[in-house]
Amino acid sequence: MAVTNIVLAGLGGQGVVKASDLLSTTAFSSGLQVKKSEVHGMSQRGGSVTTDVRIGKQVLSPMVPMGEADFLMVFESTQVDLNLGWLRPGGVLITPDLIPEGELKNRKSLNVALLGAASMVMDFSEQEWVAAIHQCFPPKLHAVNEHAFALGRKLGAGLSRPEVIEGV
Amino acid sequence: MASTERLLLSGNEAVALASLHAGVRLGTGYPGTPSTEILEAFSLIGGPAQWSPNEKVALEVALGVSFAGGRTLVTMKHVGVNVAADPLFTAAYIDLTGGLVLISADDPGMASSQNEQDNRHYARAAIVPMLEPADSQEAYDFTLAAFELSERWRVPVILRMTTRICHAKTEVIPGEPRPSTLEPHFQRDIPGRVMIPAYARPAHHKVRAKMEEIARWNENSGLNRIYPGDKSLGIIASGISVMHAREAAPDATLLALGVTWPLPMRMITDFVNSVDRCIVIEEGDHLLYEALTVAGLKVEGKPEMYRFSELNVTRVRRIIAGDVSPEAPRPRGKPPELCQGCSHREVFEALSRLDCIVSGDIGCYTLGVLPPFEAMDTCVCMGAAIGVGLGLRHVLPEAEARRVVSVIGDSTFVHSGLTGIAEMVYNPPPTGHVVLIVDNSTTAMTGRQEHPGTGRSLNHEPTNKMDFVAVCKAMGVKNVEVVDPQKDEAKFEEILKDMMARDELSVLIAERPCILAVPLIRKLEKAEAEKRCAAGGCAAAPVE
Ligand SMILES: Cc1ncc(C[n+]2csc(CCOP(=O)(O)OP(=O)(O)O)c2C)c(N)n1
Ligand code: SF4
Repeated sequence: MAVTNIVLAGLGGQGVVKASDLLSTTAFSSGLQVKKSEVHGMSQRGGSVTTDVRIGKQVLSPMVPMGEADFLMVFESTQVDLNLGWLRPGGVLITPDLIPEGELKNRKSLNVALLGAASMVMDFSEQEWVAAIHQCFPPKLHAVNEHAFALGRKLGAGLSRPEVIEGV
Repeated sequence: MASTERLLLSGNEAVALASLHAGVRLGTGYPGTPSTEILEAFSLIGGPAQWSPNEKVALEVALGVSFAGGRTLVTMKHVGVNVAADPLFTAAYIDLTGGLVLISADDPGMASSQNEQDNRHYARAAIVPMLEPADSQEAYDFTLAAFELSERWRVPVILRMTTRICHAKTEVIPGEPRPSTLEPHFQRDIPGRVMIPAYARPAHHKVRAKMEEIARWNENSGLNRIYPGDKSLGIIASGISVMHAREAAPDATLLALGVTWPLPMRMITDFVNSVDRCIVIEEGDHLLYEALTVAGLKVEGKPEMYRFSELNVTRVRRIIAGDVSPEAPRPRGKPPELCQGCSHREVFEALSRLDCIVSGDIGCYTLGVLPPFEAMDTCVCMGAAIGVGLGLRHVLPEAEARRVVSVIGDSTFVHSGLTGIAEMVYNPPPTGHVVLIVDNSTTAMTGRQEHPGTGRSLNHEPTNKMDFVAVCKAMGVKNVEVVDPQKDEAKFEEILKDMMARDELSVLIAERPCILAVPLIRKLEKAEAEKRCAAGGCAAAPVE
């Protein structure tokens, strides 16, 4: 039962949930099963937010078990240590350090840039990702997000895939 | 809608789509995490939906729709059912007409709630059937089934969801619309609908008999499923626990209960007898375990420590292994805080400076309890600010009594603050009292829903607006003032101080819109003004 587990973490207002929507849409459109889960409800900004995305032929629980994430994407450097426990040995950690300050026209699209980086070590085509961007954002935000995504792909070229550990 | 269409929907969106396909005539409810998005999604896809001032009124409106022969959906969070419990318990005695489905969205783990009550108790206590979906597909399928069940036996049906069902997105393949065959019209049924003792006594017997019939039907309802596996371990689960258990013990035989009240006892008994060891995996209280044990079945429950908070795959593995060693703590993130620029900030700064004893309430403003403000002393349930504040005033020594201020949000005031004002006017404490309504023109906490005080309906269309000043005055409050706590910070504090010094009854309304709601409010106001202009009333349009 090969399920890919991704945990996305950051602070409220950083577009963590939006990024998980984009990832889920891409995976779901490719024909796979997806479950995406987060806890939300508080309107106020600034608190920690994590969302779980699970992708595979069959996905059961919508929550990633602690220590079983293949990918941990953190959108805010202060939240990295806090969330390391999600990552499995050999899993891939993606942090905002990957996208140097100033590279993005608008730091608001950091979420999409980091997904661009992650996309280099995931199994979906660039066309599938771009189609999902079009589905998840209103037309006037397509260009800025496509730009951020492309930048992320460039900067993520050096990432390696999660290590396959026996039995996983 | 083609039946091969695959959608990625949250459980809430799935309920909304199913309600549209069930031909719901009116959806009602009151916002509350994790239920809020159901009515919003229902409205977005064209369903008739409206927010009520609170859950009790929402259910009463729904009962009227049902009596008129229309299908109706009522949504609320778990604690909302406490507010709606009065109509619910008697509605069960009544022969409904149109199907009525009540969504109870529970929050085990309290992601955004003041308690983690387990609303499965309500099915047993109120004598109503309960369905529990395990993912969005079941949320869709069970909603349609619930309407049919409700109409067939003329009973209200509770669809119980939890945070991980409401908010998780999973695949849904919708079916064809299955509306009711009923057409709204009035048919008198005095003994069936007027619950005076003479009619309620037989009605109680009748609903018990209905539940026996439903229990028999449930043996083959198709909503409870067996996932075959190894007979050495059998698991009985419902709701999200089904998914956790299937993942934690992929080889076990599993009985997934979809209708969790009334229970299909024969099916369960056969299942228990078919396996060597049978364990009940349930989130929250030990309800199912207790019911099966009382029935004489040999099943195992879970250790007490797993009653608290949500279950997940790791915890289910531990339950099966009987592991009661301490659990690894979950990462504790940064708590939420009031937005920069939120007008609640100035309010709590003033309350803190004036050393008030704050009888608080629930909403964004509850964050006034955290540093740097630490300016809230009590918070129990929606509306409690006023009653609790009055109780404090009645009994505290005078110097302390004078420091007591009740703080309540605008949506909360409409929800359950009005009766508190009636109490204050009727039984005024010797030192008087001060109620502070923090009016930010929205229900901010749950994602900015409209309410009767905003003058706009669920889909943001203009409607009548409740006037808080006029209401408080009409109810007999002597001093009523409105101030913008951000623009006139000094004046705000001065008035508050003055009100606290008097032996009179006062309501101070701190009025300033939530900064996250401002863009939409401005846009709506502009559109309204333009509409009036186009209609030839330009002179009446507000000038900004
Ligand atoms: C009975 C009940 N229903 C719903 C809720 C969820 N809830 C908590 S506070 C609140 C309203 C908050 O709005 P308001 O009073 O205007 O304060 P704001 O968040 O705007 O500051 C809601 C809907 C609840 N806790 N209890
Ligand atoms: S959402 Fe609105 S009311 Fe809530 S903290 Fe932010 S500004 Fe304040």
